Amino acid sequence: MDVRTSIKTNWGNFSDKYGTAWEQLLTALSNDFTSSIEQILKPGTDAVDIPTIIVKKPIIIDFLRSTKDRYGYSFLSDMTAVDEEGDPRFFVVYHLMHLETKARVRIKTRVADGEKMPTAIPLWEGANWAEREIYDMFGIHFEGHPDLRRILMDQRWEGHPLRKDYPLRGYQIFLSPEPIDPELLS
Amino acid sequence: MSKDGSADFFTTKLENVVNWARKNSLYPLPFGTSCCGIELMATLASGYDMARFGAEVVRFSPRQSDLLVVAGIVNLKMAPILRNIYDQMADPKWVISMGACASSGGIFNVYSVTQGIDTVVPVDVYVPGCPPAPEGLLNGLLRLEDMIARGETHAHRRMKSPDGKTPPTPLPAVSSMDAHPRGSEQRKV
Repeated sequence: MDVRTSIKTNWGNFSDKYGTAWEQLLTALSNDFTSSIEQILKPGTDAVDIPTIIVKKPIIIDFLRSTKDRYGYSFLSDMTAVDEEGDPRFFVVYHLMHLETKARVRIKTRVADGEKMPTAIPLWEGANWAEREIYDMFGIHFEGHPDLRRILMDQRWEGHPLRKDYPLRGYQIFLSPEPIDPELLS
Repeated sequence: MSKDGSADFFTTKLENVVNWARKNSLYPLPFGTSCCGIELMATLASGYDMARFGAEVVRFSPRQSDLLVVAGIVNLKMAPILRNIYDQMADPKWVISMGACASSGGIFNVYSVTQGIDTVVPVDVYVPGCPPAPEGLLNGLLRLEDMIARGETHAHRRMKSPDGKTPPTPLPAVSSMDAHPRGSEQRKV
């Protein structure tokens, strides 16, 4: 028994319900971006829960814009990164959702250490804080971001804590609260 | 004055009377940062009713309160703020560390979390649990009241010190985390 396809949920079988929406999207996208897609992982055949498309970095914004505007995956439900300790080092991960069919899709792209990512703010305003968080936790810079500051850690913090080579207990002690940026008060 | 109206008296020390008054009129400052804060609210509400022990007037200003209840996780970014709040409270002041996170960092032994608030402020009573049941917090409060009546808290030791300010044992600085047995441990890369 293949547990990945046969388990029923309260909403029916996941693949049965969204299978057609996913098939259409994957066929259309692979026609549009034949040479730029590195890999497509599908639920049922690969160990993923939703279709996962790994694309090359230079076309990532075009790819997202196409998925958003032409195929209706208009909601950026999450954006994060993973440190794979490989080469290139990082994955930047976008989770998109179709607000009518409720289907979700995951788009990943590889970034090397020190390389810059293009910002997704022109597509989704909400990418602003997500990109700041990725910069804070992983040290990936986003080109064109209007305000790329740390969002969670102290501004005086050194290093990026979710990198795999950051020590798990790498405490940095500050004796005073974080100073407020005077620009924020004006 | 006895019950039949005749004059009566007993002798005691002024210090004992003052401590008796202090222990029955604690003004808690709730420093609730996570789920322990919910248990603290339950303890204050009518079901458990902390007012029975003289601690019902919750003040959200450190200037008006004398019992700091740290209920929940305190991460490193919050630690200097906690110390500021503690310093703003008027002496005599007491601290209850409620729950595993406040007492020891709990399960969060990572880069961003204070490994126990005793690295930042002096703690009188630790209440274990994740989160502690309201009965546990009430027990901690009653233990603190006993300690106040006997004059055995950090605040009393500070007051009894020669110059009236510095405690016999110095307050731990925030940076004492470096010397903390769990704080100095680092992952080998």
